[in-house]
Parts: sequence; structure tokens; C-alpha cells
Amino acid sequence: MKIDVLHIAKLANLPLSKEEIEKYQKQLSSILEYIEKLKKAKTDNIIETSQVTNLENVTKKDEPTPSLSQNEAIANSNNTQNGSFKVKAIFE
Amino acid sequence: MRLNDLTIKQAKQGLRNKEFSSEELVKTCLDVIEKRNKSLNAFITVCKDEALDKARKADDLLKNGQDLPLLGIPIAAKDIFSTKGIRTTAASKVLDNYIPQYDATVIRKLKDTGAIIVGKTNLDAWAHGSSGENSDFGPTKNPWNEEYVPGGSSSGSAVSVASGMALGATGTDTGGSIRLPASFTNTVGLKPTYGRVSRYGIIAMASSLDSIGHFTKTVEDSALILGVTAGKDEFDATTPSETVPDYQTSLTKRIKGLRIGVPKEYVSGQEGVTAEVKANFNESLKTLEKLGAEIIDISLPNTEYGIACYYIIQPAEVSSNLARFDGIRYGNERESFGDEAKRRIMLGTFTLSVGYYDAYYKKAMKVRTLIINDFEKAFEKIDAIASPVSPTKPWKIGDKTNDPLKMYLSDILTVNCNLAGIPGLTVPSGFIDKLPTGIQFLGPKFSEDLLFRIGHAFEQETKFYEKKAYET
Repeated sequence: MKIDVLHIAKLANLPLSKEEIEKYQKQLSSILEYIEKLKKAKTDNIIETSQVTNLENVTKKDEPTPSLSQNEAIANSNNTQNGSFKVKAIFE
Repeated sequence: MRLNDLTIKQAKQGLRNKEFSSEELVKTCLDVIEKRNKSLNAFITVCKDEALDKARKADDLLKNGQDLPLLGIPIAAKDIFSTKGIRTTAASKVLDNYIPQYDATVIRKLKDTGAIIVGKTNLDAWAHGSSGENSDFGPTKNPWNEEYVPGGSSSGSAVSVASGMALGATGTDTGGSIRLPASFTNTVGLKPTYGRVSRYGIIAMASSLDSIGHFTKTVEDSALILGVTAGKDEFDATTPSETVPDYQTSLTKRIKGLRIGVPKEYVSGQEGVTAEVKANFNESLKTLEKLGAEIIDISLPNTEYGIACYYIIQPAEVSSNLARFDGIRYGNERESFGDEAKRRIMLGTFTLSVGYYDAYYKKAMKVRTLIINDFEKAFEKIDAIASPVSPTKPWKIGDKTNDPLKMYLSDILTVNCNLAGIPGLTVPSGFIDKLPTGIQFLGPKFSEDLLFRIGHAFEQETKFYEKKAYET
């Protein structure tokens, strides 16, 4: 199985160098080759497991409780303005 | 004997009897960190001043007769647990300046019961790895022989306990990240039932697999910490309201008559459990028999699919969890991700992408059901399972770094437990070429008390924990 590394990197928003693209091409293919063994497993009529707790519809009361202040919430950002996160322009 | 050689239980007694102060105890740990961290690289951040300050406060409380489960005890935290005001990096350059504004639930509980956080330990970045070598802050070394890996991903936490830098340490186990390093460092490692301990405030790796546990010298200490950390948390919807038993009471019960299953696929499978590991494991089985347990051969037929299943589900969840790191609200931009994180993001993004989802992700979720069914069927006939932890002894630093698949296969005996969400306990089982090795006990969900009982009986009979890394 050959992975289109460039396409996947774009989906994952990962900047990759040319060397990395070649390296991942090779490494990911060998991992996928190993993973192919799952095809042997008989899974007709088997239900998928997405979580193991068996808990359903866990809710809590919708009541406001103390939370981070605005300053605390933005404290770790490298780029803020007037107490907000600053992001790149989306529209020209 | 140095103060930091004490178990938590012994240290508690000493503190209560005024044989020494918490400040003295914490200082002894900080001294070892100062002397040995340069070479062992177990800590990313050391909280010297805060720890000493808290120790003095603990001493005041002790003087007033306060009795809390961990009052005055120095504990290390894997640097993936959010600690308010203390840098938390997940050992990734993406977060090298990140300072959490709140404590993880486990950290809060440890602090509330008097524990003193001495520092934040090194790990494979984002907990991705089996050796500790994937850290963006350099590999952690094994104190038993610094040319060898200590196991990962909770490498620094294991080493901090093994070398007397803390009396206990927190860890996370998504595919073996507590059990494997415990077995490589002669420490006790607990991976609780999925959901038993809150994940809130712990930087997520693979959310359906992440289990929050810890390292200690003894099983008794492990039970003591779980008594603090376990329980429902309104901030983590996967924690059930299942009561937390008193883990100390059942600890000393005999194990005579318990039925312990040995899965044939774990010891004679095609995936290369080495002869020396098998020999050590067989010795351990003899000990269990001597203690009155009945050893029963069992089969977990879907074991061989474990790693393949895990390396679809886990990277898929990783790619989704790491998508939030965009460099806007916190942390650096995505080019700061290291090699292994990028690899897992790519793998996960691929298996979740259009056209491949059914063949990979959906198939893996079905195989996960088969693996769960295997365990459930087995536990109808037996009380617990015993197996080796790592198929090999610790390997030399650098041996597997160029071959990711080879590294992934190190987890072959540990990942199925995570896929099934059941608990696992690693206890020291001796040495191979002077390097530690361990045995793991697995049980049905919420059977931690049973695992502690088996582990305690095994440990008290063998007493490998009494051997210290620096004596070699």
C-alpha cells in the first residue's frame, strides 16, 4: 500500500520537508503492511467497539461554576490583542 | 538506609513518629535529583522551592496531628499532567513554554491529600513511545545501566522512583506506558481499569485507551495511591460511579486457590518472547504455585491482532487529539512536532480518511470487540491472568530508533489490556543480565483489589523490590 503522503500531510495541516516526505512514505508503508494482517480476522456480524465504559448519556447539571478568567484563558497565547486571541485573516 | 529508600508506608510511619521531617525527606530526594538528573535525564522541570515550601507546611500539619493519606510524601508527576503554574510540556517542543492555569484532577487529589510534587518527569513526547527516546528533551537513561533504555513512555517517572528521586510517581498507560517502564526499572506499575481514574487535565493521547496510573516501590504503596486517585470526576464523563473499595484491606489475603491463567499466545506466540524472558516467567509461575495459586493454560486467540488493531485505533485518536495544537491559543505551531508525533498524526489521518475508514478504522473497532470477547470468555474460568510484560529485556539506547515498527512491537504483550479497558499490574520478577524484568497481572474490570492481592503476595515472597539500582 502506497500512501499519498503529501495529501495526508495537507489534511493533517503538517508542514513536511522533502526528506520527511520520503522517510514517511517508506515507514508508513511498512507499518501499513504489518497492519494488513487484520484482514485475516473474521468480523462478520461483529459490532464495533468505540468505547469500553458501557456508560451512556452522561450528563451534569447545566449550571455555571467558577472557571478561568479571560486573562487566564489567554495567558499562554503568543499572540493576543485587547484580551482576545489574534488569528490570521481568513478573508482577503 | 537513605530516607528516600523508604516505601511510602514506611515514610508515613517515620513522619508520624517524628523520626524525621517532611523537609528532610524532600531534601533527600532533591539531592539525588541534583546529583543524578544530569545523566539520567528523568526530570524536565524540578520544583525545588515550591516543594521545600510545601514540605515545611506539611511539617506544621504533622505537628498538629493532621493525618492525610500522603501528607509530606514527595511525588513526581509525568510532564503530561497539567500542574497549575508549573510548566507542562508533554516532552514536546510544541509546549515548551506552556504553563497550565489549572491542575489535573489527579494532581489536585494528590495535593489535597498532602503529597508534595517535586517535579515533572521526562517522557516520550505526547506519551508516544516504548523507550523514552522520543522525548524532545533527550532520552531518559536506565539507572540500572545507563546505556540501556528505561522503557516508555513514562520513562522519567519510572526512573524517579527507581533511583530515589521521589517515593511515587504518576504515569499514563495507553498501550503499556506504565507497565513496560516499571518492568525495566524494578518498580511496581499500575494501569487501572479504563475510567477508574480521571483523565481531566492530562494531555490526551488516545482518549478511548488512556489510563491514569502510577509507579511505586511496592504493591502496598500502589494501592495507597489508587485509593487517593480513583473515583468519579464530573470533569471526565468516562469515570463511572462504581465505588472505590478500601484497597488496603484485601491486600494481605492469601492467594491460595486463586486460578491464574497463562495465555499460550503470550508465551509461545510467533512474536518472539525471548528464552530468557520465558525462563524468568516460568520461575515466577513456580512462585505463584508455591503460594497456592492454580496455574491454568488458557487461550486468547485474537492476541495476534493486538498490535495491528492498536496501531490503527491509537494513531487515529492521536491525530484527532493533536489537531487542537494550532499555535493560536497556546503552544508553538505545528512544525514543532517531533518525528514520532508526525508519524502518528499521518498514520491516523490516513486510516480515518475517505476511502480507507472502513478497511482500517472500522475493521479495527470490530477486532477490538473480538479481543474484549477473548478476555471475557477467559475470565469465566479464571480469576486473573499472568504474563511477561516485555518480550525482551531492556534494549540499548538507539537500538530501535530507526525502525518504528520494531519499536511498536515492544508493546505486543501490553496493548490488548488497553484495548479491553481492563486493569494491569506490573511487579518486579527478577533480573536478566543484571537488568530488571517484571511480571504483569491482568484482571476483569475493576478488579484492582484482586491484582494488588496477587501482586503483594508475589512481591512479599520474592522481595525483588529491596534491590536498589545504585547497588549494582
